Amino acid sequence: MNAAEQEIRILSPTGVCGSGFVEGSFEKALSQEPHFIGCDAGSTDPGPEFLGSGRTAFPKDAIRRDLRLMLLGARRLNIPLLIGSAGTGGNDAQLELVHGLVREITTAEGLSFKLALIHAEQDKAYLKKRLREGRIKPLSPAPHFDAAVIDRSEHIVGMMGAEPFQRALNAGAEVVLAGRASDTAIFAALPVMRGFPEGIAWHAAKILECGAASVVLRKTPDCMFAWVRRNHFVVEAPDRELQCTPQSIASHSLYENADPFRLVECSGTLDLTHSRYEAVTERSVKVSGSEFIPAPRYTVKLEGAERAGFQSILIGSIRDPFIIRQIDDWTARLEEKIHSRVAMVYGEKLKAKDYLLHIRIYGKNGTMGPLEPVKEIRSHELCLAFEVTAPTQEIASTIAGIIRHQALHLPIPEWSGLITAIACPYNHLDRGAVYRFNVNHVVEPDEPCEMFPMEIFDVNRDTERKLAA
Amino acid sequence: MTTLANLARLIRSKNAGPFELTFDIMFDDAATYRRVKESGALTRERIAACYGLEPSQVKFFLCDNALAIKASIPRPYFQGDPRDSDGHGGQQYAPLMDIEIP
Repeated sequence: MNAAEQEIRILSPTGVCGSGFVEGSFEKALSQEPHFIGCDAGSTDPGPEFLGSGRTAFPKDAIRRDLRLMLLGARRLNIPLLIGSAGTGGNDAQLELVHGLVREITTAEGLSFKLALIHAEQDKAYLKKRLREGRIKPLSPAPHFDAAVIDRSEHIVGMMGAEPFQRALNAGAEVVLAGRASDTAIFAALPVMRGFPEGIAWHAAKILECGAASVVLRKTPDCMFAWVRRNHFVVEAPDRELQCTPQSIASHSLYENADPFRLVECSGTLDLTHSRYEAVTERSVKVSGSEFIPAPRYTVKLEGAERAGFQSILIGSIRDPFIIRQIDDWTARLEEKIHSRVAMVYGEKLKAKDYLLHIRIYGKNGTMGPLEPVKEIRSHELCLAFEVTAPTQEIASTIAGIIRHQALHLPIPEWSGLITAIACPYNHLDRGAVYRFNVNHVVEPDEPCEMFPMEIFDVNRDTERKLAA
Repeated sequence: MTTLANLARLIRSKNAGPFELTFDIMFDDAATYRRVKESGALTRERIAACYGLEPSQVKFFLCDNALAIKASIPRPYFQGDPRDSDGHGGQQYAPLMDIEIP
């Protein structure tokens, strides 16, 4: 390490590229001379449909707005810009979509830089080979995973660690656009490469990856800034109205983590058991004592999504107290009626196991399902959401029509004569393809970059050259 | 006797990845945090009972620095599965609000 390099300053403009940040905060942060800008651009949190379908959770125009400001800022200061988990899921289609936006902005703004694209989408033959070798291991809890799951996945991505980013930086990349990546790896890559202690670097990265989420009261998604030093780091939000306190920073390790003290990365575990949090000013916090325990074996976590089917839904409500007091029995009888009517329509062509009928009862346990402890309800009305997930949209739509007709007229003993049992504000809705996550496993690669091919481009306003990676 | 909802600054639930749910119970000041922590009323066993789980299925943490108590449980259905009812896991904390604290 350079003797002068006792500090690395890092700017995180926002928690997710596309969620926005305040331009004034960003300019203030740039005036503090960051050594690089990092930004996470994805997550599993919006659900499996984004990894599965290739769509992005944030609108393309919103991603473009954030990208443009970050690219302009990074080029103005001549510092690297590192972006991970491009396009929500970080698969190849999403990486390409964000890459296209980078090219648009570059041309429009007349920028030039060396661009690294790092792919995270996994080759199915590679995964099957590692599976045969016993080098794909389940985390807990994990769905069943085998070659058939690999085959039917729409996309499987690996969550890259710091090393692919370091490889890109070592190759001279000024802008690194990566597929699925550990949120923290985006921010830890450069400080770790420059020899800063890993416990400090990874903990600072953990705070930075969510932008201003760790302040006491976040008004809107915004920037966060960190000074990473030899034995501690300091964090402060550029907006003077935002306050970091020891409690707010300590609390951040709770957010969306199952374990608040141990955060597992590809190369080891960040251990916060002995972290100390001290106020530096009224709005900045110094953190020390965080440790990084190297893993005996390097692992890369997989995320995959497969199509669960095509879905149609029908929403209806019930106000009749006779039906409400027997709602479980009524829906059980309804399900039987629906299944037998589907059998009449499709015969042998569609068996009950080929489609999934699910009835949510809002006003009873629609929110918590099997976790709901309240068993006795006093609701004077119930909302029912009927869902059918089937092999084709046409079948799902047909079954939704059957559901509507059967639910409308399912009799109860209290009334004689034809009843109309549910109120529907509209006809059924076709939702298209729906997806599910299908893997919670890690791969043991031979080396950290083998799952993450890199391309390097010399990008100019008018010309472009692909360089050997 | 009062309820956890009356003492906590924030009780929240959230996904911890697509396969687990996590609960954060956060306090404003050290005295309230200590009161709850030392009451013996908020334990791994109590949280398991709230959600019909075995205590061994609950991860339970006391976070002194953050003045927070945290627990994580497996999701009944994985996030986004056709039977899942709460994509972000954000509305699963209500049963914790009524836990009585001496």
